[in-house]
Amino acid sequence: MPVLCRDCLTQFETGRRCPSCGTPRVVAHRELRQLSIAHMDCDAFYASVEKRDNPALADKPVIIGGGRRGVVSTACYIARIRGVRSAMPMFQALKLCPDAEVVRPRMQVYAEASRAIRGLMDALTPSIEPLSLDEAFLDLSGTERVHGAPPAVMLAQLVVRMRDELGLTGSIGLSHNKFLAKIASDLDKPHGFAVIGRAETAEFLRPRPVRLIWGVGATTQTALDQAGIRTFEDLLRWDKPDLTARFGSMGERLWHLARGKDRRRVSAHTPMKSISNETTFHEDVSDPELLDGHLWRMCEKVSDRAKAKGRAGRVVTLKLKKADFSLISRRLALRDATQMADTMYRTASGLLDAELHKAPFRLLGAGLSDLSDADQADRLGDLLDPTAAQRGQAERATDKIRARFGADAILKGRSLR
Amino acid sequence: MKFSIERAVLLKAVAQAQSVVERRNTIPILANVLIEAEGAAVQFRATDLDIEVVDRAAAMVERVGATTVSAVTLHDIVRKLPDGALVTLTDDMTTGRLTVDAGRSNFSLATLPREDFPVMASSEYASNFSCKAAILRRLFDKSKFAISTEETRYYLNGVYMHIADIDGGQVLRCVATDGHRLARIDAELPIGCDAMPGVIVPRKTVGELRKLLDEDDMDIAVSVSETKIRFATPDITLTSKVIDGTFPDYSRVIPVGNTRRLEVDAADFAKAVDRVATVSSERSRAVKLTLEEDQLVLSVNAPDSGAAEEELAVAYSDERLEIGFNAKYLLEIASQVDRENAVFLFNSAGDPTLMREGNDTTAVYVVMPMRV
Repeated sequence: MPVLCRDCLTQFETGRRCPSCGTPRVVAHRELRQLSIAHMDCDAFYASVEKRDNPALADKPVIIGGGRRGVVSTACYIARIRGVRSAMPMFQALKLCPDAEVVRPRMQVYAEASRAIRGLMDALTPSIEPLSLDEAFLDLSGTERVHGAPPAVMLAQLVVRMRDELGLTGSIGLSHNKFLAKIASDLDKPHGFAVIGRAETAEFLRPRPVRLIWGVGATTQTALDQAGIRTFEDLLRWDKPDLTARFGSMGERLWHLARGKDRRRVSAHTPMKSISNETTFHEDVSDPELLDGHLWRMCEKVSDRAKAKGRAGRVVTLKLKKADFSLISRRLALRDATQMADTMYRTASGLLDAELHKAPFRLLGAGLSDLSDADQADRLGDLLDPTAAQRGQAERATDKIRARFGADAILKGRSLR
Repeated sequence: MKFSIERAVLLKAVAQAQSVVERRNTIPILANVLIEAEGAAVQFRATDLDIEVVDRAAAMVERVGATTVSAVTLHDIVRKLPDGALVTLTDDMTTGRLTVDAGRSNFSLATLPREDFPVMASSEYASNFSCKAAILRRLFDKSKFAISTEETRYYLNGVYMHIADIDGGQVLRCVATDGHRLARIDAELPIGCDAMPGVIVPRKTVGELRKLLDEDDMDIAVSVSETKIRFATPDITLTSKVIDGTFPDYSRVIPVGNTRRLEVDAADFAKAVDRVATVSSERSRAVKLTLEEDQLVLSVNAPDSGAAEEELAVAYSDERLEIGFNAKYLLEIASQVDRENAVFLFNSAGDPTLMREGNDTTAVYVVMPMRV
């Protein structure tokens, strides 16, 4: 069986330690040299970046998140041992782990680190599909001749380079499709390298819970539970027409996934489906003026991103989280797609007014979806709002001033609320 | 209660009732029609709490009484009965069922007590007048396409009917707009209508009203208060709440200084717009109008799907103008023109455009251009 040393990249045929450097960190698999679809997932990415940049944090539990009030965005592995999880409310995390160092996220630094990792991945293959700052699919099919080494070696090398050059660790999942690669990267975390081959796919999946499927959230989970489907074995008992009848297009996908089949390609250009931004307040907010200020800033951020990408959206979404953590989401379709902060704000503001009686809120977000190209947006005037065109021009002029003199060069009064 | 009624008469009454009842309602009785038999007539009453329609039909009443039954089910049954059938409806007090007999078919339907049926509170009407069906039909038919469906501006979800001052007197006027186009239709002021408050007639009411207006010469009794409006024929009474809101000041929206005049055969224009818009894949379907001396070029350029162009001979003598519109909006206003040529009055490519039929200022349309 082919074995690969994950430290010195030596390949050999048998043994549990590397004959060359003696490390036990080896990966052995019958199909090691054939598999080429990988998922790379950084280990506690934000926390690792913080520990790298501040060695004093190295041995402490570190939680990345927005102050006492927010939620945990990342917890380092020390904090995870204490039960802290991503998306956990901060107060709960601090109850589990009172001595944790809470660090405010520095998104720009993480984005920079992510770009550096991307640079290393670019050397491996042009087929990279980033899922977020810290994870990506890579398709290394047909790259063996270029690199003179099978994909597994190049992936092991990627992790070594990430550690040596960037001071960050990641886990690799290697398999024959995206679905399995994504599952694999999670099997051996942190600093893992897990392989799921074709031969053992069916055996591997059978006893596992269907919630492993990427995209199966709470709702689908409930629907599956009601159908008595908990594991892949349960799923295998269903035939395709029954699954499609019960779960629609998802049913067809489930049928294939149950058999370990996933034909989605690793694609570098997954179209963006929505643009959104949200903020969790330091304290619950019920003051309409304050909410209005937050709403404007959120709309402005979303608008900035839409403009930067040359996109516009027809559906404006307002997201609110009440003090009891229940979520309110309201959306409104516009006649004409927009990328203007003003239009978004006016639309979302109407939605917010209707929900104000449910205040206080702990979170507010705004988003745009049903995206199209910007050149088809904001073309239709409003007879009843004759100053809309002028406001639009003012916003474009503001954008130009900002581009030249910085984001703080000119602000709307309401953004100071 | 027991009465017999001709199938066609019954069908007309229950058809009206079933279109008023709310399909997705949580209050079961609102799905029902209230049937009341008395004297030589039967009344069918249906409501969604905003609109109430009462239909009176001649019938042979054997036993007076009243009950309520699902409007949709009754309608479906009557619809499927053979033409010319005599239908007998009998209310069985002991079982709480309504039996429907026609020839060899018989049905037994669940009922709900009539006492539970909500009857719309009557109100004092500030103005009562009579108007020919043809006039009301024109006022509403020509304006309803512009009614907005936007929930945030709920006050635009209807037709604003009011009295307007014009040079040399007053008119009965209907206005509807969704912010992108506007229709303003005038009719001679009916006698006795002077004290009518301006009201916003909801979209659904406009749709129901239309069923009362098929006969041109029928006199429709109109009653208006601040909160309600009622339209009545000898057989049918339609009462509706009006939208509680302020209709925006539309007068400043209607351009007065547009001087570039285009005259075109409306049917030819609409067909050409429809043809060129075919290639456009986008939702908004922008059509560009390029105007030069006596010539109009309609064009669509959709980079992803294709391009189209069509030339029309028109009357135009101003300087060259390029202006874009949503194809659907152009089609809708062009289809309002039925007698003469369509006259468009433009200002610039960014300003609202006005359209009317010949020189008739009693029906005026405004449409907002779009950037192309």
